[in-house]
Amino acid sequence: MSELMRTPLYEEHKALGARFVPFGQWEMPMQYSGILEEHKAVRSAAGLFDVSHMGQIRVHGKDALVFLQEVFSNDIGKIVSGQAIYGMFLNEEGGVIDDVIVYQLSGDDYFLCVNASNVRIDDQWLNAQAIRFSVAVENHSARYGQIAIQGPCARRILADYLSFSPEQLAADAWPPFRVKILRQKNNDLIIATTGYTGEDGFEIYCPIETVVELWRGILAVGKSYGLLPIGLGARDTLRLEACYPLHGHELRTDINAISSGQGWAIAQSKENFIGKRAIIQAKENGTKYCLVGIEVKDPGIVRAETRIYRDGREIGWVASGTMCPTIGKALALAFLESEFANFGTKVYAQVRDKQLLAEVIKKPFYKRGK
Amino acid sequence: MANLAGYKFAKEHEWLVTAGEDYRLGISDYAQKELGDVVYVDLPQVGKQIKRGESFMTVESVKAVSDIFAPVDGVVVAVNTALSAQPELVNKDPYEGGWVVIIKAADIGQVSEMMEASAYEDYIAGL
Repeated sequence: MSELMRTPLYEEHKALGARFVPFGQWEMPMQYSGILEEHKAVRSAAGLFDVSHMGQIRVHGKDALVFLQEVFSNDIGKIVSGQAIYGMFLNEEGGVIDDVIVYQLSGDDYFLCVNASNVRIDDQWLNAQAIRFSVAVENHSARYGQIAIQGPCARRILADYLSFSPEQLAADAWPPFRVKILRQKNNDLIIATTGYTGEDGFEIYCPIETVVELWRGILAVGKSYGLLPIGLGARDTLRLEACYPLHGHELRTDINAISSGQGWAIAQSKENFIGKRAIIQAKENGTKYCLVGIEVKDPGIVRAETRIYRDGREIGWVASGTMCPTIGKALALAFLESEFANFGTKVYAQVRDKQLLAEVIKKPFYKRGK
Repeated sequence: MANLAGYKFAKEHEWLVTAGEDYRLGISDYAQKELGDVVYVDLPQVGKQIKRGESFMTVESVKAVSDIFAPVDGVVVAVNTALSAQPELVNKDPYEGGWVVIIKAADIGQVSEMMEASAYEDYIAGL
C-alpha cells in the first residue's frame, strides 16, 4: 500500500469520509456516502469526481495532425480547434492499447486524455512512433489535476462557480465534445464537455497546484443543487449502465476493437493508421467474439470473469457486470461467440455452484432523456 | 446502537440471538458498513447443514460478493425471505429486520464460546 500514489485531493477525500481502494498504481476513493446514493445523485442532480489519476499527453508541432492520424483510430480531420474526438490507439492486430479523448486546443496543439494505468505505455508507444514525424509528444500527467462534474445540474453549478450566466454554459452554446481554455488570474482551466457517466457534464483540467481550490469551490457551490462527491464505485456503475467500455475489461490489447464493438470510433476510410489491416479483416470476415449486453434473469449477479455457457459448452465470459442501480437489474457486458450475439439469445452464467439464466439484450442499458 | 443484550458475535462478524429453541443469525453493523450497499442475498435452502468456520451463503454489494461464515455447527431451519425483495434491510436494520437465517445449533457450547457485544466492540476497535 505504501507504494500507491495519491492525488492532491487525497486529504479532501479523507475529510469527506471516503473509503479508499487501490486502483492500478493509485489509492483512490471508492465511495463516500455509498455507491447507490452517489450513483443516484449523478443521475438526478450532479456528482463531482476526482480523476486526477488520469493521464494527459500533449502532442504538438508541424506534423501533429498527420502523426495523430497515424496512431489514433478515429479521424482527427473531422474536428477543428475547440473540439474533441474519442478513439483508440490500436496495435497491428487491431487490439486496443488504450482508449483516448483527443482535444484540439489550437492549430497543431493537441491534448490527449488517457487511462491512468496506461500513461507510461502510451507515452513510450507514442514517442516510438513519433520518430518519423516532426512532432513533440510530452507526458504532462504530473502537471495536471483533473475533476469531472456530471449530471443534469452540472451546467448550472459550473456556471455559478465561474460566475457565468446560465446561457453561457447552456447546451446550445456549449454542446458535447467541445473544449475551451479559460484563463483565470493564475489558473488556466481546460474545460471540456466530455465525461464517463452517460450524463451531461464537464471534465476540467487544471494545474495540479490549484485542483484542491477548484474541488472545494465547486463542492461548496453545488451543495444546494444536491451535488455529491463520487467515488470509483459509482463511476463504474454509471459507465456500465451507459455501456462505456473500460480498458482492461471491454477493451484489451489481445482483442480486436471490432469484437469490442468499437467500429464507430474507427475511421476506416482514413488512408492509413496503425491496425487498419487487422480492423478491415475483422470487419470483412467477422470475429470469433462479440461484446454484447446481457441481463441476468435468475436471481443473482454476474461479475467480471464469470464464464458463460450454452448447451454445456463455454461460449464466452463477462467483461464487467453488477446490479445496475438506475435500472434495478443485474446486467453485464460479455464477450460471447458471435453466433450467440443476437438479442433474445439465452445463455447460462456460472456463478459459484449455480448456472444463472441470462439473455442477450440491447446496449446501452441507460440513455438519458433529452 | 441497538440493544445487543443477548447477542453473541463471531470474529467473522456474524451474530446469533435466541429465537425460541433456535438462533437467529445476521451480520453485524460493522460488517454491513464494510460491505457497502447490499443488493442481493443468496439465501440458502432450509435444511442446509452448516459447519463452524465455513461459508454457507453469500451476500453481494454493488462492488463485491462476500461469504457469510457459520459461527457454529448446525442446520438452517428458516430464511428471511423479506431479503429477496429488500436486501437493503441488511444495511438499514442489521440486528432486527436484516436477520438472514434461523439455525438450530448442534452444540450449545459453541454458542457460549462466542463474544458478548462488549467484547466484540473491543475486537472491532482493534481491527
